[in-house]
Amino acid sequence: MPRRLVKLGFIGLVAVLVLTACGGPDEGGGGGGGAQGTGPITFVAGKDTSGKYPAVINKWNTAHPDQKVSMIELPEAADAQRSQFVTNLQAKSDRYDVLGIDVVWTAEFAKSGWLLALDEGQFPVNEMLKPAVETGRFEGKLWAIPYDTNGGLLFYRKDILDKAGKEPPKTFDEMTALCSLAQQNNIGCYSGQFAKYEGLTVNFAEAVQAAGGEIMTDNGTKVALGAPATQGLTFLANGFKDGEIPKPAITYMEQQSQRAFVAGELMFLRNWPYVYALAAKDEPANKVRGKFGVVPLPGFTGAGSSSLGGLNFAVSAFSTKQQTAVEFTKFATNQENAKEMVGLTGNAPAWPALYDDPELIKKFPHLPVLKEGMQTAKPRPVTPYYQEVTTAIQENAYAALQGQKAPDQAINDMTTKLNEIAAQGG
Amino acid sequence: MATETVRRGRVRRGPGPAQTSEGARAEARLAFWLLIPTGIVLAVIIAYPVVRAIWLSLHSDARFGTSRFVGLDNYIRAFTGTGADAFWSAFVFTTQLTIVTVILELVIGFAMALIMNKAFRGRGLVRASVLVPWAIPTAVAAKLWEWNFTPDGVVNQVFNTNILWTASHWSSFWAIVIADTWKTAPFIALLVLAGLQIIPGEVYEAAKVDGATALQSFRRITLPLVKSAVIVALLFRMLDVLRIFDLPFILTNGANNTETLSTIAYKEAIQQVHPSYGSTLSTITFVYIIIAAFLVNSLARADVVKTASRG
Repeated sequence: MPRRLVKLGFIGLVAVLVLTACGGPDEGGGGGGGAQGTGPITFVAGKDTSGKYPAVINKWNTAHPDQKVSMIELPEAADAQRSQFVTNLQAKSDRYDVLGIDVVWTAEFAKSGWLLALDEGQFPVNEMLKPAVETGRFEGKLWAIPYDTNGGLLFYRKDILDKAGKEPPKTFDEMTALCSLAQQNNIGCYSGQFAKYEGLTVNFAEAVQAAGGEIMTDNGTKVALGAPATQGLTFLANGFKDGEIPKPAITYMEQQSQRAFVAGELMFLRNWPYVYALAAKDEPANKVRGKFGVVPLPGFTGAGSSSLGGLNFAVSAFSTKQQTAVEFTKFATNQENAKEMVGLTGNAPAWPALYDDPELIKKFPHLPVLKEGMQTAKPRPVTPYYQEVTTAIQENAYAALQGQKAPDQAINDMTTKLNEIAAQGG
Repeated sequence: MATETVRRGRVRRGPGPAQTSEGARAEARLAFWLLIPTGIVLAVIIAYPVVRAIWLSLHSDARFGTSRFVGLDNYIRAFTGTGADAFWSAFVFTTQLTIVTVILELVIGFAMALIMNKAFRGRGLVRASVLVPWAIPTAVAAKLWEWNFTPDGVVNQVFNTNILWTASHWSSFWAIVIADTWKTAPFIALLVLAGLQIIPGEVYEAAKVDGATALQSFRRITLPLVKSAVIVALLFRMLDVLRIFDLPFILTNGANNTETLSTIAYKEAIQQVHPSYGSTLSTITFVYIIIAAFLVNSLARADVVKTASRG
C-alpha cells in the first residue's frame, strides 16, 4: 500500500510545518507595548494617487524578506475608505495590519477598541510637529503616528497687490480692506470651501480658531464654541452678504475653488498646499503662473490657525503580527522616509526639520510659510462621534452662510446639537 | 398564459383519482428538489437581508456599547420624533422627484421611441446615440453633471445663465431631474420601442384603409397596444427613482433639503454607523416602494382593462 504511506507522510509533513510555524514568530516579541507576532503584513490606505508608498514598502521588503508588507488600496474618497475600515474592523478581521487613517478618525477607532495603543517611548514623537502628533492621541494615549500632515494656506494675487503697493494681509480686517482691489480688477475677493461637506467643517473650524476659540475640548466631552464661534461664523456669513466672498463659493469644494483661483477669478483663496504646484504649472488654463504668493492664514487680531489634515499610521488591535506592524509604522514614518515622501508629493511633513531643508524648499518654495502655519494648527474636534459632530457643524454653518439662520442662532443650534452628541456617552 | 394553466392543472391533478400515477408524483417531487437551490439562493440574498434589517430596526444603536431591543422606538423617531424633520423632508423630496422625473422621462422616452421606430436613413445612428446616456454608469454621469452644473459650467454657458444650480432647493431639484432624465429617458425609449415593434404593420394599414387619421391610429392602435410595455417601464423607473442615490449624493450631498430616502438611510447606517436606525429608514423605504408599486400597478392595469373594453 504505497499510497497510504504517501498519505501518512504528507500528513506528517504538514504537522511538522504547522508546529514549526507556530513556534517561530513568538520568540523575541520584545517590541514592548504588548505588540507581538511577526510575519508578512498588510498596509491598508486610500488610493495612492501620488505614488508615494511603493518606494518605502520596497525598501522595507528588501530589508525584511520574511516580514513583507503588501498594500491593500481602498477607494480614494475618505467616506468610502472609512466605511471599508469600519466594516472590516467591526468584524474583528485580522486582514488589516497597519492602517493609514485620516486624522479625524483616531478617537472613533480608538474608542471602538480597534487600535493598538502605541508605546510612546518607542516613537520619536517629541521631535515631530506637536499639533500633528496630537491628532494621534485620544484620552491620554498614543494611537497613531503622523505619516504626513496638512495645513491651510492663504494664496494671494501677488501681481495685483504689488501693483497697488500693498502687503499680503495678516488679519481678516486687512484682507477685507484689500477687497476694493479685487473689485477694480473685476474678480472675486476671497474664498475657501463652503459647499456642505467636510471642507466646510475645516473652514468653519479655522474661522473659530481665528477668533481664538475651539469647537470641542476634553476628548469631545465638552462643547466650547461660544462667542469666538459666533464671531468667526459672522465673518463668513457677512462675507457672503457683502459680496467679499463671491456667490458661487457656496458650491465650492477644494477642486472648484482651486479652479477659480487658477483661472484668475479670485484674489484670495484659502486652500491646501497642493494648489501651489498646480498654480505654478505652465498651462494655457493657468492665468496666475508667477503672479501668486502664499502666506499663513489670517486671523482676527493676528495670525490665524489652520485645521489639520493628513494621514496617520495605526496598528490594528486584531492584527496577529503586531510587532512587525509597529516596526513598519516606525520605519515608514521616520524622517528619512518622510523626506522622500515630501520630495515626491509636496505634502507637509510631520518633521519640523524638513521644512528648512534647502533641497525640498527649492522644489516646494511654500514650505517655510507652511511651517509657520503648522505651529499654530489645530486638530478638528477630537471626538469618537466625529461623523455626527461634523454633520451638525455643516448643517448649521451652511444655513448661516446661506442667510437662512442668523450666525448667533446657528451657533446656538449647533451648541445644542453638539451637547446632545457629547452626552450620549458609551 | 395558456401553457401555464395547463401545466399547473396537471400538477394539481396529480394526486387526484383520475391520474394517481406514481410518475406524476415523482415529477412533482423532482420539481420540488430542483427548486430547492433557487429557494436557498433567494433566501440567502433576499429574505435574510430583509428580515435582518427589520430585526435590526427594532434595536437601539450603541456605538460603543451593546444595543438592546427597543420595539418600534426607531420608527416613532423617524415618523414623529427627533428624526422626523429629516425623514419627512427626504420623503417629500423623493416623492416629488419620482413624480416629475417619471412623467418627463415617459414623455421624452416615448417620443424617442416613436422616432426610432420610423424607417429613415441614419436610423441606426440615431438609435445608437439615443442610447449612449443609458450606457454611462450613473456615478460617472453624476460626476459629469456635477461639473456641468458648476457656476461656470456647461449648462450656464450654453443657456447664458448665472444660476448656482446646487445652491438652493429648487434649482438642485431641477438639476437632479435634468440629469436623471438625460440618463434614463433612453431606457424608457428602449422598452417602448420593443413594444412598438411587435405591433404588426397590417393593423395600421387596415386603419388607413378605413380612413383613420394619424392621430386616431396613434390613440386607438399605438397607445393601447404599447400600454403594457409602458407600464413595465413606468414601474421600473418609479422603483428606481424612489430609491435614487447617486445623483443627489454626488450633485448636492443633501444640501438645501435635497436628501432622499436612500441618502439618509446610507448616511445613518454607514457614515454615522447607526445600523439600527439606518435599517429602520431602509425598511420604511422598502415598504413605501412596495405600496407605491402596488398602487400604480393596479391603477394602470385597471386602466388597461377599461381602455380595452371601451375600444
